[in-house]
Amino acid sequence: MAMDIEATAARLGVDLSQVDWDSIRLPPGEDFGVVSDDDDLMEEETLEFDQGFGNIVVVDNLPQVPKEKFEKLETVIRKIYGQIGVIKEDGLWMPTDPATEKTLGYCFIEYNTPQEAELARDKTHGYKLDKSHIFAVNMFDDIEKFMKVPDEWAPPETKPYTPGENLQHWLTDAKARDQFVIRAGQDTEVLWNDARHLKPDPVYKRPFWTESFVQWSPLGTYLATIHRQGAAVWGGASTFNRLMRYAHPQVKLIDFSPGEKYLVTYSSHEPSNPRDTHRVVINIFDVRTGKVMRDFKGSADEFAVGGTGGLTGVSWPIFRWAGGRDDKYFARIGKNVVSVYETETFTLIDKKSIKVENVMDFSWSPTDPILALFVPELGNQPAKVSLYQIPSKEEIRQKNLFSVSDCKMYWQSTGEYLAVKVDRYTKTKKSTYTGFELFRIKERDIPIEVLELENKNDKIIAFAWEPKGHRFAVIHGDNPRPDISFYSMKTAHNTSRVSKLTTLKSKQANALYWSPSGKYLILAGLKGFNGQLEFYNVDELETMATAEHFMCTDIEWDPTGRYVATSVTSVHEMENGFNIWSFNGKLLYRILKDHFFQFSWRPRPPSFLSPEKEEEIAKNLKKYSKKYEAEDQDVSMLLSEQDREKRRLLKEEWESWVNKWKKYHEEEKLEREKLRDGEVSDEEEEYEAKEVEYEEILDVHEEIVSFDFEQ
Amino acid sequence: MRPILMKGHERPLTFLKYNRDGDLLFSCAKDHNPTVWFADNGERLGTYEGHNDQTAKLWDVKTGKALYTFVFDSPARSVDFSVGDKLAVITTDPFIEKTSAIHVKRIAADIKDQTDESVLVMKGPRGRINRAVWGQLNKFIISAGEDAIVRMWDPLTGQEIMSSRDDDNHKKQITSLCLSTDGSHFLTGSLDKSAKLWDSRTLTLIKTYVTERPVNAVAVSPLLDHVVLGGGQDASAVTTTDHRAGKFEAKFYDKAS
Repeated sequence: MAMDIEATAARLGVDLSQVDWDSIRLPPGEDFGVVSDDDDLMEEETLEFDQGFGNIVVVDNLPQVPKEKFEKLETVIRKIYGQIGVIKEDGLWMPTDPATEKTLGYCFIEYNTPQEAELARDKTHGYKLDKSHIFAVNMFDDIEKFMKVPDEWAPPETKPYTPGENLQHWLTDAKARDQFVIRAGQDTEVLWNDARHLKPDPVYKRPFWTESFVQWSPLGTYLATIHRQGAAVWGGASTFNRLMRYAHPQVKLIDFSPGEKYLVTYSSHEPSNPRDTHRVVINIFDVRTGKVMRDFKGSADEFAVGGTGGLTGVSWPIFRWAGGRDDKYFARIGKNVVSVYETETFTLIDKKSIKVENVMDFSWSPTDPILALFVPELGNQPAKVSLYQIPSKEEIRQKNLFSVSDCKMYWQSTGEYLAVKVDRYTKTKKSTYTGFELFRIKERDIPIEVLELENKNDKIIAFAWEPKGHRFAVIHGDNPRPDISFYSMKTAHNTSRVSKLTTLKSKQANALYWSPSGKYLILAGLKGFNGQLEFYNVDELETMATAEHFMCTDIEWDPTGRYVATSVTSVHEMENGFNIWSFNGKLLYRILKDHFFQFSWRPRPPSFLSPEKEEEIAKNLKKYSKKYEAEDQDVSMLLSEQDREKRRLLKEEWESWVNKWKKYHEEEKLEREKLRDGEVSDEEEEYEAKEVEYEEILDVHEEIVSFDFEQ
Repeated sequence: MRPILMKGHERPLTFLKYNRDGDLLFSCAKDHNPTVWFADNGERLGTYEGHNDQTAKLWDVKTGKALYTFVFDSPARSVDFSVGDKLAVITTDPFIEKTSAIHVKRIAADIKDQTDESVLVMKGPRGRINRAVWGQLNKFIISAGEDAIVRMWDPLTGQEIMSSRDDDNHKKQITSLCLSTDGSHFLTGSLDKSAKLWDSRTLTLIKTYVTERPVNAVAVSPLLDHVVLGGGQDASAVTTTDHRAGKFEAKFYDKAS
């Protein structure tokens, strides 16, 4: 490139050293055939917030006071604005009219950071000093923007419709494969799981694609990346194009609504006064338009989850979305309140939160607008779990619980059941034991059943519902090798009672991973158990396979329940990478990657088939699968054929190389002999171990021996 | 097959070598006492006593007598005799302000004529040179070490003739190098978790064997098309992980595939 420029300059007689490069302006849209490779970079830079006057606010509608009252007014303003942030030294300027020496009714306040300035605007805009002085507060940077607004309204330009790409094209893969994304080192890569060929098939790879992590949207349409300036989503028919960006400086965490209509982003900022808590900024974007639907700002304390023992810090996601794909409601917990918002207007339902004294935790049904709240014991009040219908905010069920130390809620994936794990104190208050309250949400009056383990002192290590099913598994026990029990909410002879199916004794397991289609379950022994895996069939109550992925840290089923990925991420130094298994525990392939950070299957949207149709397919599976089995057979034949051929070629190549060398070696035989002074030592013979007796006379010594004759 | 355990060294072993016939095994350790053993039964035949730091010594295998001592100003790392035993190549470590070096010494037929003088001294590679061996017909010296590059030197002029290409290179320190019996190819093992097989005339890369752990030692089978890689994690990390994670194993690979 530089060579070209120099050559052209020489031809035109231009002295390059005299050229002021920065003064050159190209006509818009013209690049003279020079494609800039830093387009992306420049684009991103404009996103960075302007450091200029972003930290200054303009306060209007102040009283206009004479000289004598100037100081008093200044003190009042300083008091109001000094509470919000640290005003810079000489950062408060209230201009006066030089003729009358009266103030002009406005002032400028300069903070250390733009965040403080923004907070000041948000908090004091509309502040009522007295009846006739209601503050109008603006960012200094915005003044110019407001000046530019034309006085007359003009209709917006209508852009012609351009059809977008099919963002769900990956679902139409002829081989019905699934995709996954991995991050290793600096690279982020999307691949097909080509289980037939026992290897992944690359789709798209990009170094430095994200600055921290990547995340699929819940229906798999988008892949979100995180950057200093904000988040971005990617997708497309054949490759991954950037579809939208969401400006949010220093974004740390993101969360999609379940129907992927909205994206919630979170950042936390150091306060300029170290005594203050961190400042939290949350934006809710419309995913498709990129528009900010609502933002929330405040101190970290305001967003921390309340609890009896004080603040427990911010727990993500702060806003939890109601189940279902219509993304209608979202909620957050506060001190003594649960705030439920609706997405029509992005405001609180009925303009007020649900007041629940001492509320500690809440969760949504995964399918219906039902909220479950947990309130711990307080004084004489027992602890309780209540269900609220939204938007009516009507309490539809409540259960009081006594001597409770903690509660945890587990919803079954279709919202039919809710299991509440209740830890209770024993009479002596010295230890706790655990039981379950099982809610049948879809039945009339929501009946509740209590389940206690056979051995009440058993600790609960893990609990998991069968997706779409009526069964659940519990790991329990006090031994180094715990037991695993399976229960059903309906068995053939007892449709409305919970009953135990079986207990597996002394297992090396501490985590449960159900297949997304139910029936199969992995009993995993992570951490202390070093990555033990047991693939279990819950229909037949039998183990299909046991295996190990040494030091495995993560397990994830593919969205169809056909394959499982186990990975060792960079929390360990050795053996980083992932394994792909079939649902029944057969290791299909293994990929090692140093500095392996993340493995994530691309989710699929729910099937359009009705449950009846799905059942029909399952029944006639043999008929449907014939075709695929034949294809599988062909591929596996082809593979082994190719493999043999490859080996044969390698072997031949090697042999020809060796033979060539043998010839040289033969030719050089004489030279070698010469180097060894004529010794022929090329020919090797096996050595023979011989024992040789070797006698040496060390010394001869004569001695007179006396005889004794008395025999 | 029952392993024969040979006990005798007081410090960690550094090097093992069979003699050409294969009936004697020579072992070196950090205890300064090279030892020779009967390969068949593991019986100790004798030790070579009197070794000290920063030297290379020439011993009489039979009598155990130190014939000559080459004195260096930094620790000596590896030795190799040329075909015909008339020359030896010795590498020395970087030490205080000395850089690493490859020394070629002439081995006199009569020990009375032996001198300390180096025929050649080659310098250049950064860091330790872990091995230097004689190539085909003593026409080359092949070296490898911490800088991860395999180099070939002219033993007459001391010039570097060629070095491995950037795309072929190991990514981390080369820990060992082993020549095949006929000298046609050699194997290098590296901390980058791979071993590579090279053509010893042209220094072209023939094969790369990728493993899951750093390679500390390599060997080429004299009879079969096999290579053996031995490895494990860095010694400094041994105590921090499960013994199985360290993976101290020897792995056999088919040379050709």
